[in-house]
Amino acid sequence: MSLPFVRILLDRVVGALVVLCVMVAAIPVLVLFLFVIIKGLPGILTPGFFTQSPHPQGVPGGGVLNAIIGTLEIVGIGSLLAVPVGVLIGIFLSEYGRNQVGDTVRFISDVLTGLPSIAFGIFGYSVVVLTTHHFSALSASIALAVLMLPVILRATETALLLVPNALREAGLALGAPRWRVTLEIVVPAALGGIVTGALLAMARAAGETAPLLFTAFGNDIVQTNPLQPMGALALTVFRNALVPYPNLQDQAWAAALLLVILVAATNILARVYVRRIQR
Amino acid sequence: MAVNGRMTAWTTMQTEVAPPPVPEPNIEIKLDARKVNFFYGDFQALHDASLSVQARKITALIGPSGCGKTTFLRMFNRMYDLVPGTRATGEVLIDGHNVLSPETDVINLRRQVGMLFQRANPFPKSIFDNVAYGPHMLGWSKQRINEVVEESLKDTGLWNEVKDRLRRSALNLSGGQQQRLCLARALAVKPEVVLMDEPASALDPIATLRIEELMQELKERYTIVIVTHNMQQAARASDFTAFMLMNQKRAGEVIEFGPTDDIFNRPKDSRTEDYITGRFG
Repeated sequence: MSLPFVRILLDRVVGALVVLCVMVAAIPVLVLFLFVIIKGLPGILTPGFFTQSPHPQGVPGGGVLNAIIGTLEIVGIGSLLAVPVGVLIGIFLSEYGRNQVGDTVRFISDVLTGLPSIAFGIFGYSVVVLTTHHFSALSASIALAVLMLPVILRATETALLLVPNALREAGLALGAPRWRVTLEIVVPAALGGIVTGALLAMARAAGETAPLLFTAFGNDIVQTNPLQPMGALALTVFRNALVPYPNLQDQAWAAALLLVILVAATNILARVYVRRIQR
Repeated sequence: MAVNGRMTAWTTMQTEVAPPPVPEPNIEIKLDARKVNFFYGDFQALHDASLSVQARKITALIGPSGCGKTTFLRMFNRMYDLVPGTRATGEVLIDGHNVLSPETDVINLRRQVGMLFQRANPFPKSIFDNVAYGPHMLGWSKQRINEVVEESLKDTGLWNEVKDRLRRSALNLSGGQQQRLCLARALAVKPEVVLMDEPASALDPIATLRIEELMQELKERYTIVIVTHNMQQAARASDFTAFMLMNQKRAGEVIEFGPTDDIFNRPKDSRTEDYITGRFG
């Protein structure tokens, strides 16, 4: 009689504990989201936020068009650099990297993953900015590309390792050369994971501020030339949060909210895409 | 049934004089393994294994788990190349050329010697693309690929089941259909030999029977070597049977090889008899 009672009680207690854990994990995130939304909404709803460049400090109005274009362009160019290289290295690691060379690459990649993001900024500064004597969006893209690289290559490797060996054997048994099996069978089978990895790396790069500080530098006018200094949403947040003008502080919140939306949208896109091709 | 057959055969042998072996004039040996040894690192998995596979016949490899059947089979198309640290000695001749020689063009060999695996492993592509993969790789014309796909699917009895959904994913097919699709995919590159590694072990009895029927149809054009755990399957479906066993050092050996009827009804080696009568394994 007492045993089932104890069992049921235990079940309830453990169940409650699990719910509690979920809440402890979820509440800070939700609070953060809500806070950013509440604080950012007024700024985002301000006319001109999406269509104007910032006004000089103290002058009301203005928007972050320069930063939106900047973030898209800097991350876009960075991705163009990082995704092909990262995916290729990932393919190498998974398909041909069960050796000393592969282990070395993996080790370097792990070290890169753990590096503070400002180090990538210094890298972009010393390698590109100092040699060209010019702050530029390109230097920021290169810094972000190096930052994205380990994420992409590890995601690619993991996705490829999940492809059953039976598929490789099937291709090879048909007399297909290794490279064709890799490119035509293994990579397509892992495409979902690879794309997700790339999108997540892009989302992470879009939110980085430190690598941009002394590479893209920031620019209050709309700039599309990658060889010139360029604004970015993360820089807008960083700079405007430190000034005493309420309209600029609102703009900082709004830029933060926009970044959150961009990152969330990228994540959702990745998931939807994976679900589509898994069908 | 095998036991009864063996018993009657045994008793008749006591009374009758064994007929002289009838010389078959047109025996064509497609694959000839001669004293093959195989090593995974230091471990010897096969010891002096020999086997002569006749063209357009079904040869079955039977024996308990771990006796090297699959290893032996995978030597015929050099699939062991994929495992690092492996080494083979001896000869496996196909049309007089030694498969095991380092100069062998493995790509060409595998086009000549197709393979069907233990578990159906269709590519995560459409039904059509699965079968078309080999021909496409060989650079055949679009029209020829279409013909070959239809032909291969007909050969494996799939055509009527899938002709309306060729562009749908192969992963939606049933297990038996998937395995037949894999067979169609292997046949599409026009191999001469088809190796089957326990092709029905993951299938239900009906799908298994379907595969066995297919083997009978296909042996008119193809040489088939099949590894099977299922002795009834070997007895039912094969023309020749090789019985393999581990020796004391756990290396696989071919204990006895001959016409399936002889192996199951008149085994010469007591170990073969013990195995097929179910005394071990």
